[in-house]
Amino acid sequence: MSLPSLNQPFVEGSVQTRVGAVPQVSSSLAWADRWGSVKARWGVGRMHYTIDSGLYALGSPDGHSPVLVTANYKMSFDRLREALPGRQAWILVLETEGINVWCAAGKGTFGTEELVRRIASSGLEQIVSHRELILPQLAGPGVAAHQVKKLAGFKVIYGPIRATDLPSFLDSDLKANAEMRQKTFPIGERVVLIPVEFVSALKWTLLMLPVFFLLGGLGGPAGFWSNALDYGLFAVFALLGALVAGSVLTPLLLPWLPGRAFSLKGLGIGLITAFIFTAFRAGNLDGWPGRFEIVGWFLMIPAFSAYLAMNFTGASTYTSLSGVKKEMKWAVPLEIAGGVVGLCLWLGSRFTA
Amino acid sequence: MGQLTYLKNVVTLELDEEKCVGCGMCLIVCPHAVLSMNNGNAMIEDRDLCMECGACARNCPTEAITVQAGVGCAAAVINTALGRDASSCCCVIEPAEDQGAQVKDPKESSQASCC
Ligand code: SF4
Ligand code: SF4
Repeated sequence: MSLPSLNQPFVEGSVQTRVGAVPQVSSSLAWADRWGSVKARWGVGRMHYTIDSGLYALGSPDGHSPVLVTANYKMSFDRLREALPGRQAWILVLETEGINVWCAAGKGTFGTEELVRRIASSGLEQIVSHRELILPQLAGPGVAAHQVKKLAGFKVIYGPIRATDLPSFLDSDLKANAEMRQKTFPIGERVVLIPVEFVSALKWTLLMLPVFFLLGGLGGPAGFWSNALDYGLFAVFALLGALVAGSVLTPLLLPWLPGRAFSLKGLGIGLITAFIFTAFRAGNLDGWPGRFEIVGWFLMIPAFSAYLAMNFTGASTYTSLSGVKKEMKWAVPLEIAGGVVGLCLWLGSRFTA
Repeated sequence: MGQLTYLKNVVTLELDEEKCVGCGMCLIVCPHAVLSMNNGNAMIEDRDLCMECGACARNCPTEAITVQAGVGCAAAVINTALGRDASSCCCVIEPAEDQGAQVKDPKESSQASCC
């Protein structure tokens, strides 16, 4: 038997069982738990936000209490216990290397094999008298219910997708209604995904900014630094605008943006962004250099925004791999072409008399 | 909010009605209500809603459903194409393992995943 350590900050005590002292947790989160979630959302230490796998006691469960299964990503565990105030249950945590249930199920780490292994190593058979497990529905891609039954003797019952629906699921004879079974992608869920998207895109945008700023100084009508402060500084703002369009506005406005392909959605909002930014340069439109510059940004901003939007497919909850591949077949070449041609026009505009 | 639909006519989901015994597991695990029950047999109700997660195929006791399961993530596709591991992004790519008889791996023989 292997039991999780009692020496974890969120463990409040222990419950004595036939197999030993099972760590006890409560449904109320401490300040440290909440702060941990915030950090994970911003991508700080997200890869190491794990807890020990194995069996935990929520409240004071007994042999008849339900067994809920989750991943060892601390946030998955916290969402689960937080949803069950005043309830007594066993929580079986699978080893998923700190990855949430759905992703781990897709990878196969939250899978039949790990579940069967964890049932055995936790001594669950000696702790509960029933033979039922409640799994989140999103474990489906990894767990084959009929095989768990065959291999471990436990019946897998798929609970609702959202932990917050668990109380009503438990109270209605373990039946989920159609709404509990559908994975939607509402605005609140999209908003919490924005920080990670933004921060990861910002990292390499920050590398590009000084390059564009200095390139802006080359050629042009005036001296190097006054050019840089004019063309270069505008480039910096334009790139940041495209970053916000692709990694913040696209996720936020997703259902309302035209097109099904994410690149199209990002393209649309990129074009609007290009309009707004280049309006500040409209004074330069009477000469060829100014026109080149503006056309260049009309290609670069939407291309960058479309690329970032395309990357949001990974975080979204409804894109298929076949669809993403189809989208990328046309979108990636166009994004690269837009970026390269735009960059050439922009650089060229500096050397056009 | 209703269901969001991605591209049309792309998914690889197939249902062999001959093999189906009508147990209803596929309906339970599907997160997008792609399948429905019709006279004791499962049927594909709206295939464009399918995200190829593979949950239905994995939980079908009679292997009546096949789908090329994978994760629709552009960054993962790029990283697979470049042959590198994507530790910098949210997506993790692993060499294909045997994912069980009824879940066919993507042709590229790798499984991509995001979180
Ligand atoms: S692959 Fe996933 S989304 Fe598609 S039908 Fe099966 S369970 Fe539903
Ligand atoms: S899981 Fe398989 S056997 Fe059961 S209803 Fe679906 S297709 Fe039919």
